[in-house]
Amino acid sequence: MYGVGIFKGLGVTIRHFVNTYVDDLKWGVKRYQTDEGFEARQSPDTTGIVTISYPEERMAVPERFRFVPFLVTNEPDDPEEPNASWCTSCGICAKVCPPQCIWIVRGEDPETGRPIPDPAEFYIDIDICMNCGYCAEFCPFDAIKMDHNYELSSYDRTTAHIHDKERLSKPISYWQKIAPTRAEEERLAREHKEAAKAIKKAMRKRKKSA
Amino acid sequence: MTDMTPDTPISDDPTGDEIALLEEKFPGAITIEDRKGYEGIIIDRDKLVDVARTIRDDLGYDLLNSATCVDYIEDEAFEMVYHASSTERGGSPFTFRARTPRDVAALPSLIGVWRSADFQEREAYDLMGVHFSGHPNLKRILMWEGFHGHPLRKDWREPFYEQDTKPFDSRWPGGHVIRAEYTNPYGKNVQYPEGFTLEDYHGDIEESVYAGLATTDSGIGIQHLRTDELVVNLGPQHPSTHGVFRMAVTVDGETVTKLEPVMGYLHRNHEKIGERNTWLGNMPFTDRLDYLTSMINNVGYAMTVEEMLGEEVPFRAEVIRVLMSELTRVVSHFWLFGFFLNDLGAFLTPAVYVITERDLVLDFFEAAAGSRMMCNYMRFGGVAYDLPAYIGGPAIFDTDRARRIDTRRFLHDLVYERLPRVTDELDRYLTGNEILISRTKGVGVISAEQAINYGLTGPLLRAAGVPYDLRRADPYGIYDQLDFDVAVRYNSDLYDRYLIRLDEVRQSIRILEQILPMLDETEGQEYWAGKRPYNHRVPEGDNYARVENAKGELGFYVVSDGGQNPYRYHVRSSSFINLTALEEMSIGHKVADIVAILGAIDIVLGEVDR
Ligand code: SF4
Ligand code: SF4
Repeated sequence: MYGVGIFKGLGVTIRHFVNTYVDDLKWGVKRYQTDEGFEARQSPDTTGIVTISYPEERMAVPERFRFVPFLVTNEPDDPEEPNASWCTSCGICAKVCPPQCIWIVRGEDPETGRPIPDPAEFYIDIDICMNCGYCAEFCPFDAIKMDHNYELSSYDRTTAHIHDKERLSKPISYWQKIAPTRAEEERLAREHKEAAKAIKKAMRKRKKSA
Repeated sequence: MTDMTPDTPISDDPTGDEIALLEEKFPGAITIEDRKGYEGIIIDRDKLVDVARTIRDDLGYDLLNSATCVDYIEDEAFEMVYHASSTERGGSPFTFRARTPRDVAALPSLIGVWRSADFQEREAYDLMGVHFSGHPNLKRILMWEGFHGHPLRKDWREPFYEQDTKPFDSRWPGGHVIRAEYTNPYGKNVQYPEGFTLEDYHGDIEESVYAGLATTDSGIGIQHLRTDELVVNLGPQHPSTHGVFRMAVTVDGETVTKLEPVMGYLHRNHEKIGERNTWLGNMPFTDRLDYLTSMINNVGYAMTVEEMLGEEVPFRAEVIRVLMSELTRVVSHFWLFGFFLNDLGAFLTPAVYVITERDLVLDFFEAAAGSRMMCNYMRFGGVAYDLPAYIGGPAIFDTDRARRIDTRRFLHDLVYERLPRVTDELDRYLTGNEILISRTKGVGVISAEQAINYGLTGPLLRAAGVPYDLRRADPYGIYDQLDFDVAVRYNSDLYDRYLIRLDEVRQSIRILEQILPMLDETEGQEYWAGKRPYNHRVPEGDNYARVENAKGELGFYVVSDGGQNPYRYHVRSSSFINLTALEEMSIGHKVADIVAILGAIDIVLGEVDR
């Protein structure tokens, strides 16, 4: 009979409509005001409304989320070198960056003029950065990481969209906060590397003396 | 209605027999490729059309997958490279080439043999400046008429030109930043024709676009009503064209009598950028082709380069690649359901339903790859990361809402429960709808022979009764170990194009159901083999590799001169080539129908315009 298909389809629409309320009644305000409610709303079992009322609430982004990178530095209260940048100005990130938006002026020793492992200047043109994450992936020193702060709007792009070293620098604790598991994994890997280096050094010494 | 492809023997690379046959028939016209890393044959350009016809008819390579041009500037030659496959036998494509000196830059057109050469030759004419004699409509396609120069030629430089290849020397160690905008002062690096003055320039009046659309004096009289023909532009700024695509049509009353697709509004010369980039640097750019299927784009490009590098992909990485590809296919088809219905006038209700589902899949992509759409997840020799432990992230800002769903649970719920349920629901919701049926049945029909000749691939070809699916016809990855059917429908109208996508979603879910146990089995295994360098050197030669994208065959053709950057990088885009048949499918239908016909081709402008 003509129209049966249409009514069947309307049935689906009505189900969707009713489900919105069923879920809301089941959870009450908890659905919108608690993390459990949020998780239920944003999981494969959800049936009701799934929207997020941004910016009153935001979905926390996963650890691997990538947005314009930042440079990792020591803590401001580091006993040895407070705020020191981890970057060695090796230039790998500048070479691997697909749209070539990283600009680095390698640091120089003011007396000898020899390169030192600390960038004099470091810029990222965020208009051009495509958030690919290669710089963080290939940096051998864990010195550049992808940020999670995606709210970068500004009133003036010509002056505000080239981030310099100061603007880019963030302490390591920030990275530990936004990506706890990854930061921990990287710390272990670094320790491992250090330990391996120390062992090699010791062995070489022993060989020499023998 | 789905059935299995017959167990066809997969043919090997073009055998000696086939080449011998051609040599016998065309003595002296065939040269066997002997450059290192290259394969196939070079055909004398005077005999090109005849040999091509033999390749199609006698050797059975009925589908011209790709036709593209390479500028060998040191040899002073342009080379057209063609790849043709057999829809019946499957297997790898037959490669043949034709060369022309750079100063002649002319070859015969193959449009008489394969209609699918139409747009591809126009593209080569536009971007490389090669003329194709016998092409009935040879004009620019991606650039506008009046553009000066041919941007893919090796000696052409873009306005922002800095250096031939990346990485640019200015970035390190003396990287004093300048904004890219300031490096493009008009006049520098911009090429004008000789003797050009602004006074004499009157802008582009698009004569060539409208040339083919000329109206006849008298319309066709319908009953007592005499109608006039009229030229109308649909798009580019119109939601019905799914982006900045434009159809210039001649209508007689409501009926379309001629149609001219106009594109290039989103053109950014992806291929030139690709030739400046390093091999690895191209990966995130492929995300921006068909931005609804970035995972599959990544797989295609990774495979192309892996084959040249001789890189092995660990089993777990292959499993993850299939997982990502099939989830992508499901959501890409879902997206089509939503917006196809929108094209038919159902507005956004179906679209909102499918976007809800898509968002869940994107949540997974985001947790795995770091981005919802621009995944950049595949690497040469594997995938960038193993699957994440959980979906969600830690709350940082005050208003952040955190969630933490175990990945395994998330995927299981999605694949075994939610996606099948939602697919059935969509089926119930739409398939029987009488309005949908009356709008789609018998509209936009194209015959199987024509579909092949026009180079259609993907769901469009399979809805025309040709069970050609690269996952079976020329299997890659681990698809030959998976159990699924190639969906096929026979009516070739819009309704079948809708139904076949529903079939394909179900087959994809079937694949996913087999993939999840494999994920458990390979838990903890290697996912990215090799040394993971950032500056690959790819051995000399060329390669064409393709994957079955949600829209059709996505191919990458690359040429390497042994360096850190591709010498040539070409994307065989299914969205682009499927449009070749748009006019054929549209003529005689009403204006409202061509919107639906275009919708069912399922184009993404990022890939059409590149
Ligand atoms: S951020 Fe890392 S890769 Fe970039 S220059 Fe510094 S140390 Fe090298
Ligand atoms: S994220 Fe990619 S584009 Fe952005 S700075 Fe890093 S490498 Fe360059």
